[in-house]
Amino acid sequence: MKLLIIEDEQDLREVIQQSLEMEKFLVETAIDYKSALDKIISFDYDCILLDIMLPGGNGLDLLQELKNLDKSENVIIISAKDSLDDKLKGLNLGADDYLTKPFHIAELTARVKSVLRRKSFHGKNIIEAGNVKLDPEERTLFINENPLLLNRKEFDILTYMLVNKNRLVNKTSLAEHVWGDHMDEADDYEFIYSQIKNLRKKLKDNQATVEIHAVYGIGYKLVQG
Amino acid sequence: MNLLNYTLKYLAFALFGIISVWAVIFYVNMLDEVYDSLDDGLDNYKLLIIEKAHQDSSTLTRTEFAEGNYEIREISEKSALQMKDVHKDTLMYMQFEEDLEPVRILTTAFKRDDRYYELKVISSMVEEDDLIEDLFYSLIWLYIAMLASILIVNNFLLKKVWKPFYTLLDQLKNFRLGKNQTIGPVDTDVKEFKVLNDSVISLINHTLEIYNSQKQFIENASHEIQTPIAISINRLELLAEKSEMTESGLETVGQVIQHLERLKRLNKSLLLLSKIENRQFEETEEININQVINDLKEEFTDFADFKDVIISIYEKGQLKVIMQKDLASVLISNLLKNAIVHNHTSGNVDIEIGEGYFKIINSGSTVALDENKIFRRFFKESADKNNTGLGLAIVKAIADRYGFKMQYLFDGRHGFEINLKS
Repeated sequence: MKLLIIEDEQDLREVIQQSLEMEKFLVETAIDYKSALDKIISFDYDCILLDIMLPGGNGLDLLQELKNLDKSENVIIISAKDSLDDKLKGLNLGADDYLTKPFHIAELTARVKSVLRRKSFHGKNIIEAGNVKLDPEERTLFINENPLLLNRKEFDILTYMLVNKNRLVNKTSLAEHVWGDHMDEADDYEFIYSQIKNLRKKLKDNQATVEIHAVYGIGYKLVQG
Repeated sequence: MNLLNYTLKYLAFALFGIISVWAVIFYVNMLDEVYDSLDDGLDNYKLLIIEKAHQDSSTLTRTEFAEGNYEIREISEKSALQMKDVHKDTLMYMQFEEDLEPVRILTTAFKRDDRYYELKVISSMVEEDDLIEDLFYSLIWLYIAMLASILIVNNFLLKKVWKPFYTLLDQLKNFRLGKNQTIGPVDTDVKEFKVLNDSVISLINHTLEIYNSQKQFIENASHEIQTPIAISINRLELLAEKSEMTESGLETVGQVIQHLERLKRLNKSLLLLSKIENRQFEETEEININQVINDLKEEFTDFADFKDVIISIYEKGQLKVIMQKDLASVLISNLLKNAIVHNHTSGNVDIEIGEGYFKIINSGSTVALDENKIFRRFFKESADKNNTGLGLAIVKAIADRYGFKMQYLFDGRHGFEINLKS
């Protein structure tokens, strides 16, 4: 899988690159409008992360260019502007997703994988890890081909953890993904723990080969045993 | 007391003094003149009578005033020689008035054919008490007339003259920083008002400029801080994922991440606050508050369960309001979050939705909060490190933005009532 990060801010670009490389993706980068244009014309990418504000031009123009080249699927816009206008324009020009900076890397990883899944499985959207099979669209979970029923929050947690398999997931990121933006400030997210505990128990009871570990003070990690 | 009446008050006192003093002087002068003129008349009369007495001796026999206004009496030489012309006031019975009335009398002596006579000539005189009374009443009327005319002039002319001043005053009275108002120029030819107006406008503009740049600064600063914080967290997460990390190293990284998360929340709240104050949430739509509250209750269920707090909603009516969607959820979620966080185990949160208002009431500490402080930025009742102290400040900013009335209630439980009908 080959990804392109078009982002002028060096720190952010490095962090995204490092993180996506840990997911075994091949990652290329472009730091301005012109080099980005060169790359998208010359190569094909499975997923493009596109910043809107770029030196030398607007990311939305790049998107238009991609559309003209018939390559506009699998673009995730990453923008510092929380502007509905840009979002609508971007999505209209064929972008798959829109992420407002700053974001959690785990969230970005989840979005990238979601885009890639849609592409590779022709819409058949299954996440697999060990004996666990999860369909985020149908909201079904099978362990050893046996269906297992989870409540909504447990299902969302498991999905997020599976997508970020073997990665450290910050509990803030998890809380925001599962419970939404309003849960910040809410008592250090201790309430997440009870949900995780239930989920762990259900996974263990059904002999799942994945386990969720707590990483002290930071968050959680799903590992395949 | 307004300016017009204030000046009138002093004018009234001053006028009263001036008129009183003037009345005394006028009275004395007038009386003096009257006496002078009477005495001249009497002197002239004296000469006429003496002349007449020289020609007609029968005149000398008039020893009574009777219908005439003089009497003549023979006196000894000795007393005649001692006598000087004396003008004085006396009282005399007047048949017409049926009373004793003041008269001016001239007593003199003259010599005719070596005999001495005393002559008394009278002239009826001003009745002083009547004069004083007349004078008093006319002055009272004059005084009233002057006050009335000053009042009228004040009300019509001065009001017109002071109009620019009052226009300016009205504008200043209604002026609030951060409400996007400006002070307009007033139309006036009066130099002082022009200067005042110009000074006020330049002062306000200067203040607004500073205020806006400060607001903008907070927003920009918060915005700029966002990315470094996010990158720091990301880099620490990547560091924590490296296998060479020891347990204690991981713990430290975790603590740093927690602090950065706290900083991020704080910064996010500040950014939101300044965005609200900078009016960056302009798109509005009709929001069903019942719906928002029910949705948020759902969102907060896990958190409330964890804290063992029961949320109940009492819908007494459907509440709809035109506002920005995100701000509606922030307004309610901040109050709801507070109600859960500052609760005790197995406590409760009651939400009442009624016609034009909603209330969020929660159990918690038994001491009332200080209503004057809770809406201030960074005010904290507890040393809870997860509390940014900005939650209620944001609620207040949103309420102010839409002109909602907000009230803190305490009756053993804490309550916030938001009145949407301003």
